[in-house]
Amino acid sequence: MLLITCPHCGPRAETEFRNGGEAGIVRPRDPAALSDGAWTGYVFTRQNPKGRFHERWCHAQGCGRWFTAVRDTVTDRFLSFHPAGEQPDEAGR
Amino acid sequence: MSQKARIAQGGRIDRSRTIRFTFDGKRYEGHPGDTLASALLANGVHLVGRSFKYHRPRGFLSAGSEEPNGLVQLEMGGGRTDPNFKATQIELFDGLVAESQNRKGSLRYDRNAVNDRLAHFLPAGFYYKTFKWPAAFWTKVYEPRIRAAAGLGKAPTAPDPDRYLHRHVWTDVLVVGAGPAGLAAALAAARTGARVILCDEQPEVGGSLLSESGRGITVDEVAPDAWLERAKAELGQHPELTVLTRTTCFGYYDHNYLGLLEKVTDHLADPPPDLPRQRLWRVRAKQVVLATGAIERPLVFPDNDRPGIMLASAARTYLNRFGVLVGREVVVCTSDDSAYDAALDLQGAGAKVTVVDQRHTPIGERVVHAQTAGITILRGQGPVGSQGRFRVAQLHVQALDEAGRPIMGRVQALSCDAVLMCGGWNPTVHLFSQSRGKLRWDEGLAAFVPGEGMQEERSAGACRGSWTLAEALVEGLAAGTEAAVAAGFEAHPTPAPAVREPVLGPHQPVWLLEGDRAGQRAWVDFQNDVTAKDLKLANREGFRSIEHVKRYTTNGMATDQGKTSNVTGLAIVAENLSRPIPEIGTTTFRPPYTPTTFGAFAGPSRGDLFDPVRRTPMHGWAERQGAVFEDVGLWKRAWYFPKPGEDMHAAVERECRAVRNAVGMFDATTLGKIDIQGKDGAEFLNRIYTNAWSKLGIGKCRYGLMLREDGMVFDDGVTTRIGEQHFHMTTTTGGAAGVLAWLESWLQTEWPELQVYLTSVTEQWAVIALQGPKARDVLQAVLTRGDISKEALPHLSMTEAEVAGIPARIFRISFTGELGFEVNVPASYGEIVTDALHRAGQPFGITPYGTEAMHVLRAEKGYIIVGQETDGTVTPQDLGMDWAVSKQKDFLGKRSLSRPDMLSPDRKQLVGLLPVDPKLVPGEGAQIVESPKPKLPAKMIGHVTSSYHSASLGRSFALALLSGGRARHGQRLWVSHGDGTAEVEVTAPVFIDPEGARLHG
Ligand SMILES: [Zn+2]
Repeated sequence: MLLITCPHCGPRAETEFRNGGEAGIVRPRDPAALSDGAWTGYVFTRQNPKGRFHERWCHAQGCGRWFTAVRDTVTDRFLSFHPAGEQPDEAGR
Repeated sequence: MSQKARIAQGGRIDRSRTIRFTFDGKRYEGHPGDTLASALLANGVHLVGRSFKYHRPRGFLSAGSEEPNGLVQLEMGGGRTDPNFKATQIELFDGLVAESQNRKGSLRYDRNAVNDRLAHFLPAGFYYKTFKWPAAFWTKVYEPRIRAAAGLGKAPTAPDPDRYLHRHVWTDVLVVGAGPAGLAAALAAARTGARVILCDEQPEVGGSLLSESGRGITVDEVAPDAWLERAKAELGQHPELTVLTRTTCFGYYDHNYLGLLEKVTDHLADPPPDLPRQRLWRVRAKQVVLATGAIERPLVFPDNDRPGIMLASAARTYLNRFGVLVGREVVVCTSDDSAYDAALDLQGAGAKVTVVDQRHTPIGERVVHAQTAGITILRGQGPVGSQGRFRVAQLHVQALDEAGRPIMGRVQALSCDAVLMCGGWNPTVHLFSQSRGKLRWDEGLAAFVPGEGMQEERSAGACRGSWTLAEALVEGLAAGTEAAVAAGFEAHPTPAPAVREPVLGPHQPVWLLEGDRAGQRAWVDFQNDVTAKDLKLANREGFRSIEHVKRYTTNGMATDQGKTSNVTGLAIVAENLSRPIPEIGTTTFRPPYTPTTFGAFAGPSRGDLFDPVRRTPMHGWAERQGAVFEDVGLWKRAWYFPKPGEDMHAAVERECRAVRNAVGMFDATTLGKIDIQGKDGAEFLNRIYTNAWSKLGIGKCRYGLMLREDGMVFDDGVTTRIGEQHFHMTTTTGGAAGVLAWLESWLQTEWPELQVYLTSVTEQWAVIALQGPKARDVLQAVLTRGDISKEALPHLSMTEAEVAGIPARIFRISFTGELGFEVNVPASYGEIVTDALHRAGQPFGITPYGTEAMHVLRAEKGYIIVGQETDGTVTPQDLGMDWAVSKQKDFLGKRSLSRPDMLSPDRKQLVGLLPVDPKLVPGEGAQIVESPKPKLPAKMIGHVTSSYHSASLGRSFALALLSGGRARHGQRLWVSHGDGTAEVEVTAPVFIDPEGARLHG
């Protein structure tokens, strides 16, 4: 079971959290202006990198807040945690 | 004296007390401190089981948790019977009753022993080869017989009567294994002030030192057992150090999360009732020290499986720890120095000992000691066969060439009553491997050792291939200190202990000794009866990957998970394929390290505590009305209210009729309710619902559909504007938590600029639905404030009023198609108001109805239930609900609705079905086909989503999703029914009051 550090509550067991998939997917401002392909990309296409991955977590059984974590998908090590609105830098720190 | 193999003194047993126990119906005696295995051996019992496939007589191979043969069924009374206990791990208690397993008849005259003579017909993969055809024979004939013949004990049939608890703990350092390395590590870490847990599967700490005679060894100038006593005394002096004995670390998971199983009362004859049987510890450790020791390897030679042939270390444990001499005429076969300790100890206890050393020139100090002690040593020789039916009586040895192959020539027969084997040692790397650490083959040690680690752990002592006591203590000290420092503590300066012990000579493995007689079998996996020949056959048949060989032959797949067979099996396969061992790979170690009862994993989460139960405030009232309840998620909901003599069908008919003709009342409390406040509430609703909300007036309600971004219906419900900046949303019962989470995620991450605040109020409001033409009359009778007239409170509006003196929000909502009100009162008044309405309704024939009637009533009206008419692939258009979809504004999922797939005319659309036989109720989920006897495979064009008998219609009816359904109204189709099909007519999905006259009444 992973140990996840909520930026608001501190380290907690994975069972308290819900994973929200890839972070940084921005909803298009004007969906009607998008081609079918572009819209489909937004709805369905996600990265599945081997290595560093920015993902969303919600501390569902705690403060209820969403945040971003950077996790290495090979080792499952977390590199950093960021409250909503804070961007991980290029290196994912 | 009955314990004829018990020596007069020595060992860690209490000879002053006698314990009586029963094995296979026969009574024996032992002493406190014994295991079932040591007590049986003390009584000269070597035959303790039959092998899995060939039913060969078997004795103990080991003295520990790696035991493959000595499995017993423990009968504990009161419905307690547990199979597959290792007798080597059962602490003896008074009155213990154990049975051997896997036999038909008695252990000595097992009728399945004929399998051994049929061995030719039972090669590797024989299941796959023999029992293929005819297919029906598999379940009816082959499988039951194989299972009966190859069973490993009996599963209990009664519910587990015992109690199991869970502990969740954090620690700075967890040390697994309390042998010399683990003790040194735990003490080193504890001295820094770190919080430390030390666990060990044995009932006392000490590990290999418990089996040590101490010959020629000193630690800081005292004997090893004196050092152990000193260490034990210090354990008690560290307040932050927890010592868990009888506790196996069975699993090493992500982020240093480990599972420990503590056997609390298994060793007690009369456990105190306040103690759980076992305790599962879930430990999150900042740092881990693995000090799990090593397991000795058996030798693979023909007929190496007779009772009395065991690991050298096991014989030493039985002697030094339990005071049991396993044989009087002992042959020790080895390729390693460590077995000489056993030779010397057993000789010292009075046995006649011969050593057969596969090495031509063993040079270790122990070899010299053995020679000095007068032990005969046959160098450069190895075992090639044995004799003896229920116990070994003869060992055949032969000279070996430099590569370890037997040289043609004279076979010498040594008479004996015990054979001790040592094929070197395997570091116990299971937990390291579970932690995702990579194993590395060490050619010099001829063993897998921990390579690159993935977590915050380190290994010390024999589990990393460091065999000497000096290394164990030094590495333990270093590992414990390093772990504590890494956990943020300051190192405590402790000098390394000074150890004097015999110098080890090199180990030279011989993986397989083949005799020269045809048909000889040399066992690799004792528990699963896998021989070297089986491995050879698998390789010859083309299996090259070790994972495939393992599955084909079942090598290493028994309850012992190959603790004594995996590495030898791997090495033999490598020899067969003429490839180096690391190229063959290694097997993956998976939790649990030793079998762990389901009860321990379940812990207290069973029976009433399995899941929380949610009850509405009117639950007791409904119970008193005779309700039958159904589970909806965690909720208990009144399903129907049978009168005496009524079955469900009759009750539901009566309830439906009452709603259509008079008035019914229904507990709708479980509907999800979300209070929405903030100045951007209407804008927020615009974005998450398919329809428009900006212009909704205060006190008005509106039905809304929520879509996911892929355009599929995800939830629905009625939302009401309570004030300018205040809305009350309802969701489906099952969707409540998911909807709130969904809304929150959009607010938090995508639209943080919106000022909207969401609060779940599901449990704050009790909701009573009054439905039917007399609903207003009933409500009017108990209304103490407010106006609920047709003019003041039209359909889809809300008023704040007072019912029976209780402040209430009254919503004019219908989920039945009838005149309807939903009375919301603070939860604690739910029962009082329910009762008041029920009394007031008596003159009008008020009838409580349950979820089943609710389902029928709404289906008659064509109202969908999300999750029943929808399944995540259904759009609003599919449901014919375009009227609820705004053309002007954007909303979640809107763009998906114009994707080409969504516009296809053959999408499944919601329709009604009327069975041609009005009594026939099609099954929900039944497939729809185009002809009564379609050619297989049939083209399925839709499925039934809801199906009931209707009292109002006097017939059956159904809702269905049907390909191109709206264009098919009037068509005759067929639904699967029983073994055949039933004819139905396609209709519009509204059966009652399509104009809505009743609704607006
Ligand atoms: Zn939190």
